[in-house]
Amino acid sequence: MVKIITPHEAVQFFSNNQTIMIGGFLNCGVPELVIDELIKTSLSGFTLISNDTGEAYKNRGKLICTGKIKKAIVSHIGTNSETVRLYNEGKIEVDLQPQGSLAERIRADGAGLGGILTPVGIGTEIEKGKQKIMVNNKQYLLETPLHADIALVYATYADKFGNLAFHGSTRNFNVLMPMAADVVIVEAEHLIDEPLSPDEVVVPGIFVDYLIDGGANGAD
Amino acid sequence: MELTKEQTHELIARRVAQEFCDGDVVTLGIGLPTKAVSYLPENINIIVQSENGVLGVGTYQDETTSDVHITNAGGVGVTINPGGCCVDSLMSFAMMRGGHIDVTVLGALQVDAEGNLANWCIPGKFTPGMGGAMDLVVGTKRLIVAMEHTAKGAPKILKKCTLPLTAAHKVNMIITEKAVFEILPRGLVLREISPYSSLEDIRLTTDADFEVELR
Repeated sequence: MVKIITPHEAVQFFSNNQTIMIGGFLNCGVPELVIDELIKTSLSGFTLISNDTGEAYKNRGKLICTGKIKKAIVSHIGTNSETVRLYNEGKIEVDLQPQGSLAERIRADGAGLGGILTPVGIGTEIEKGKQKIMVNNKQYLLETPLHADIALVYATYADKFGNLAFHGSTRNFNVLMPMAADVVIVEAEHLIDEPLSPDEVVVPGIFVDYLIDGGANGAD
Repeated sequence: MELTKEQTHELIARRVAQEFCDGDVVTLGIGLPTKAVSYLPENINIIVQSENGVLGVGTYQDETTSDVHITNAGGVGVTINPGGCCVDSLMSFAMMRGGHIDVTVLGALQVDAEGNLANWCIPGKFTPGMGGAMDLVVGTKRLIVAMEHTAKGAPKILKKCTLPLTAAHKVNMIITEKAVFEILPRGLVLREISPYSSLEDIRLTTDADFEVELR
């Protein structure tokens, strides 16, 4: 059953050197409350799996700027000047992934697949060290699944069954990461009393472990 | 006549806009390529896809349409046109990789006569990352590179890219403030010369060899 917790209580699930997935695309659809709690702790050494590292000193970017992240597996770092600086100084490991491959690798893990075959990256640096497989005379790269200890995601609406729904372009990686982690924590902007209509549910509650009330309903 | 940066970009964006057909599903890179939608010819309507998960991107938001939860891939607030929708990153990239995008327009650091494109990394200097660019170029039906012809005077259209590639053999057309090139299996072909340039000027500022077959 899904449990409602506070951002502070969420910190207990984190420990040094974990792999954590965080949803969001730049500043859109990003969970922020638990990040604000995490930066108050002495925890560090995390591997971050996310679309990007946001902007310096904003949401996910705060984890970079406070030295919490040892390695970032992301598609883009250019919007966060601190990630770029730390990377250039060799103080953070950055594993850049084509965005679509990153998304599919997360889904592969969540969907019980051994990986995905993609033409993306053939003939580029991305193919280095990866197995190439021919299917119907076309070459593909084998991209392996990505799993996390914790997925921290945003939802616009959550009901108390953990079902999630989204507004606008906030779906991004928030929809897939809950499938691919041991512990799934959702920051719901609106935590609603009534169950979402079955037709509205985008992420089924069975993927969700903990809900945090984002407080947009003033329900605290 | 010397064009300002703004005029240069407008010239390129206007020419890019001529390449769209009514009903095309189009993805535009951040910056210059995105400006092309401002110059669509009359009676041409396109569906703009944004990699962060918006199909049918409309205009930039104003006070009446402000909504922090709807942005384009550059993080800027946009509206969604009637008939548009929002999708997750899996669906967004399925559209790209799966061949459902008609035209993609991207900027480039370098592009070469073999249709190779480099736009995500200058080793040791500048590594913003590829974002969605690699997926985009692999699946799109047509790939147009829209960029300034040179960078600080140095050619960007090369015999062979020297920077890490975004994709190999994918570029179909290059549009700059000086010229329009097509990239065919036999190589680079000059199709148009801008009123602000000349064949001599293009030869001087293009590293790659090209045939001249003006339209």
